Amino acid sequence: MKVPYSWLQDYVDIDKSIYEVADKLTLTGSKVEEVIDKGKEIDKVVAGKIIKTEKHPNADKLTVCQIDVKTETIQIVTGADNIKEGDIIPVALHGSSLPGGVKIKKGKLRGVESNGMLCSEAELGLADEDSVHGIMILDQNTPIGVDIKEILGLNGGVIDFEITSNRADCFSIYGIARETAASFGCDLKNIETDYKTNDENINDYLSVKVDTPLCRRYMAKMIKNIKIGPSPEWMQAKLNEAGVRPINNVVDVTNYVMLELGQPLHAFDFNNIGGKEIVVKMANDEKFTTLDEVERQLDSSMIVISDKEKAIAIAGIMGGQNSEVTENTNTIVLECANFDGVTTRIASKKLGLRTEASSRFEKDLDPNLVEIAANRACYLFETLGVGEVVGGTIDIYNEKVEPHYVKVSPEWINRFLGTDIKTEDMIKMLNRLGMEVEDKEELVIKVPTFRQDVKIKEDVAEEIARLYGYDIIPSEKILGEAVEAEITREQKLIETVKSTMVASSLYEALTYSFYSPKVFDKINLNNDSELRNTISISNPLGEDFSIMRTTLIPSILEVMQRNILRDNKEARVFEIGKVYLNVGEDLPDERQKLIIAMAGNVDFYDIKGVVENLIEALSVDKVDFERETQNPTFHPGRCANILVRRKNAGVIGEIHPDVLENYDLEERVYVAEIDLGIFFDAAKLEKKYKPLPKYPAILRDMALLVEDSVEVKKIEDIMRKLGKGIIEEIKLFDVYKGKQIPEGFKSVAYSLIYRADDRTLTDEDVNKVHDAIVKELETKLNAKLR
Amino acid sequence: MRDKLEQIKVEALEKLKECQTSQMLDEVRVKYLGKKGELTAILRGMGQLSAEERPIVGKIANEVRETIENAIQEALKEIKNKEKNYRLSLETIDVTMPGKRNKIGGLHPLTKALDEIKEIFIGMGFSVAEGPEVELDYYNFEALNIPKNHPARDEQDTFYINQNVVLRTQTSPVQIRVMENKKPPIRIIAPGRVYRSDTADATHSPIFHQIEGLVVDKGITMASLKGTLDTFAKRMFGEKTRTKFRPHHFPFTEPSAEVDVSCFVCGGEGCRVCKGSGWIEILGCGMVHPDVLRAGGIDPDVYSGFAFGLGLERIVMIKYGIDDIRLFYENDVRFLKQF
Repeated sequence: MKVPYSWLQDYVDIDKSIYEVADKLTLTGSKVEEVIDKGKEIDKVVAGKIIKTEKHPNADKLTVCQIDVKTETIQIVTGADNIKEGDIIPVALHGSSLPGGVKIKKGKLRGVESNGMLCSEAELGLADEDSVHGIMILDQNTPIGVDIKEILGLNGGVIDFEITSNRADCFSIYGIARETAASFGCDLKNIETDYKTNDENINDYLSVKVDTPLCRRYMAKMIKNIKIGPSPEWMQAKLNEAGVRPINNVVDVTNYVMLELGQPLHAFDFNNIGGKEIVVKMANDEKFTTLDEVERQLDSSMIVISDKEKAIAIAGIMGGQNSEVTENTNTIVLECANFDGVTTRIASKKLGLRTEASSRFEKDLDPNLVEIAANRACYLFETLGVGEVVGGTIDIYNEKVEPHYVKVSPEWINRFLGTDIKTEDMIKMLNRLGMEVEDKEELVIKVPTFRQDVKIKEDVAEEIARLYGYDIIPSEKILGEAVEAEITREQKLIETVKSTMVASSLYEALTYSFYSPKVFDKINLNNDSELRNTISISNPLGEDFSIMRTTLIPSILEVMQRNILRDNKEARVFEIGKVYLNVGEDLPDERQKLIIAMAGNVDFYDIKGVVENLIEALSVDKVDFERETQNPTFHPGRCANILVRRKNAGVIGEIHPDVLENYDLEERVYVAEIDLGIFFDAAKLEKKYKPLPKYPAILRDMALLVEDSVEVKKIEDIMRKLGKGIIEEIKLFDVYKGKQIPEGFKSVAYSLIYRADDRTLTDEDVNKVHDAIVKELETKLNAKLR
Repeated sequence: MRDKLEQIKVEALEKLKECQTSQMLDEVRVKYLGKKGELTAILRGMGQLSAEERPIVGKIANEVRETIENAIQEALKEIKNKEKNYRLSLETIDVTMPGKRNKIGGLHPLTKALDEIKEIFIGMGFSVAEGPEVELDYYNFEALNIPKNHPARDEQDTFYINQNVVLRTQTSPVQIRVMENKKPPIRIIAPGRVYRSDTADATHSPIFHQIEGLVVDKGITMASLKGTLDTFAKRMFGEKTRTKFRPHHFPFTEPSAEVDVSCFVCGGEGCRVCKGSGWIEILGCGMVHPDVLRAGGIDPDVYSGFAFGLGLERIVMIKYGIDDIRLFYENDVRFLKQF
């Protein structure tokens, strides 16, 4: 909310700079977004009157003006087309400055002398470039030669506050003035509200009925014999500074009071209130045209103000075109009411219409503010000569809100804050906030109705803390029992996974947890796949982000795609991320997965090597890689399931060319996806020491000719089984196909290391086992020794 | 004969001086000392000498042999040395050429920063807790004092699965889950993903990371909140870092504050990063609201606590001068390699 400093000074006597005030209020809890000091950059700009205009002799679009700036008459050339003789306009004189560091100097335009510049609102920093057209035309009564900053009220600057939802009272100049007074310890001035009325009674003109408890109070006043016209310069200047556009004297007064007190008001043209009756009720499903000439669809969750026949305003949001104040308005009904916050907020959202009024009502205003605001508006109508206030008031206020009490002991407050504030100081602070305090065994605090946010003792502690100063509260270590940090087994294992991946030259990626349901087709998933049973977001950012992921494969393929298309050919990435499995309960099963992807100068065995590194780092036992030909995402000949203790823990392989095509990839991509939960269940954190071997080893090589289809695992299983006890290591060192090997066969060569823990092996010992292995390979796998 | 020996000696030593290679030395050795060598021939002829002369000449002959042998050894040493130096000179390489490196990968910048933050809090006795990302409305809002129709629940901010289930908009629901499962003293941080329905642009992301903190015990005060966060700020951003606690409003804490740290780029002088203010806002915090303690099954008349929450992306962006939050989720390896 924009608070012009000069307006604030109407209610607090303060001689600090605007920046000191902004800093202090920040520290006492009113968050400052920005200090805007437009006047600071404006110098030597005055009001001037155009006394003569002529066409420029050398340029069609330029005008030569003679301008009276009181001390002299100067000649200025302008390109503006909205000026005429007699207009009063802002004139930047020779040697003047404008916002943005612009300096104006005299010079010649197409051969004609120009001694300054006529200014638009944008050039004075009062409006955006786009929203203005031409030179700013000032009121005819503006005094000539006077500094424009004085005329437009730009001397003080403006503080823009962010108002938190709990402080509706601060959504007003007077509320901020109260905070300022409390923060600096100075006095808050009263608002003038006394006015005179005529002898008539509003009740003779109008009746009001409230049909919904969501309107907590409805007050109506009537002003007659109105002379519509512009409001005074000082009021227009203040409205402008606060960011509200002046319209006419009636609307300006309602806006002025709203800004000042935080209570929105609305003026109806009395002549357009059918049946001279106002009813506040829930809307029908009906169409309604608001002041901004937009037709809107109402429904029964919204409150409307109607006359005898039709809606005339959407309560708390915007009035209707049908009862708008116009040039011809003679009598108005001034509405000053209190509407329910939630209802207003929901209606405003449904209508896509957020106004100065609705943004205040939605914070739930104090119903007792209604009366003060209505009186203040009447005071202004009367003193400004806008019209004549009709006697009497209509006020429907069924459940009166009274001040409430909070009890708290000063000792508790000091204990809670860790401070040592004196009771008398606490009382002073609370008084400054408009709270009366009785000091009994405890402090008994009478909380004014505009502070509904102060309900419990912690709220009181906050009020005291912020006025005392958060910066003065000491900074201490946590007292009490020492607590030791616990690092869980899973957290330790995750660290191992991360370091193993980094050591395997992979970079960590982080991808979105949601994606499009279309990704399942992109990775060729079967229609009946479990992974298609997802959790969906009911209000997603779009279909592309609408379901929670059940596999990380599409996410990582997108990362590969992006990198490869950007020419990062050797992309090697991993992610540790969650999948969200729909298990038919309220919440999904969130499982931690590891995904690895590699491309470039790599093959299946490179990615398998990374997984093997992980298996070793985590000491996962009983792991098998088993051929998988049916997974449609992967190359049917280059894919394996990863089994841990016979449980499926993941998949590894080369991505199927059809899938690659769906991702516009021409390069082979290798992917492994692992369920970390299953890996972790089988992992061992503790390492055991095994004594180094005491006895020598015997090394035997073996080259076998086997059919292509024989997997080396089968060979190794036989070696391991028959060599049990003395076989220490089985090393595959060569697989060969080609010359000297018949079609459909391959040669596999092994080094076998034999060693016993308890004795030196003899050749005879080894031969016995080695020969048995060869024989078994021959019979079981049809292998031939080469 | 003596003269002959003397002559051989002089001759041999002369020849040795001319030797350039170990092969040439060998030739000299064979010529004089070999089986058919000149000195050997003389020794063989010793039999013709008289019995008196024999030992004398024999002695001289041995001396000559020794002298030649020593000289050969000497020369050999020198030649070997020369040969070695020559070989070394051939082996000279360009030490400024790049080394052969075992490629290693790297962690995501967000993970790195999070690890750093975790380490600081673990050092202060905090444990790391976790909670679900798809969360019950109750934990994400209701139990945190955010009733239905509170502005913070606006549909435009929250992703809903259904009426009762949301994608958590903050890590704060972990507070309640921890309190339900653990009696005080509680000292945890809970890092993780959170979700807001903001379209991605340079400063918004529908997914980002928060780190929640919660301390509950007897006698926890606002002063302990300040002390803990002061320590964190100094360890994270440097010993000279100052903090500024500004009053603010959150539904789940009372009193509440926002915390600025003195700009770690300019040290508080004012620069582009802190927009000239000298301060950078990094977190929100406060004393846990009694309703929230009650929702966690903890008696606010016995215990008190504080909580805080900070955004990870924001800190990393400021620290490295990254101007687009989307870079974190694009995973361009050229970006990831820089950290």
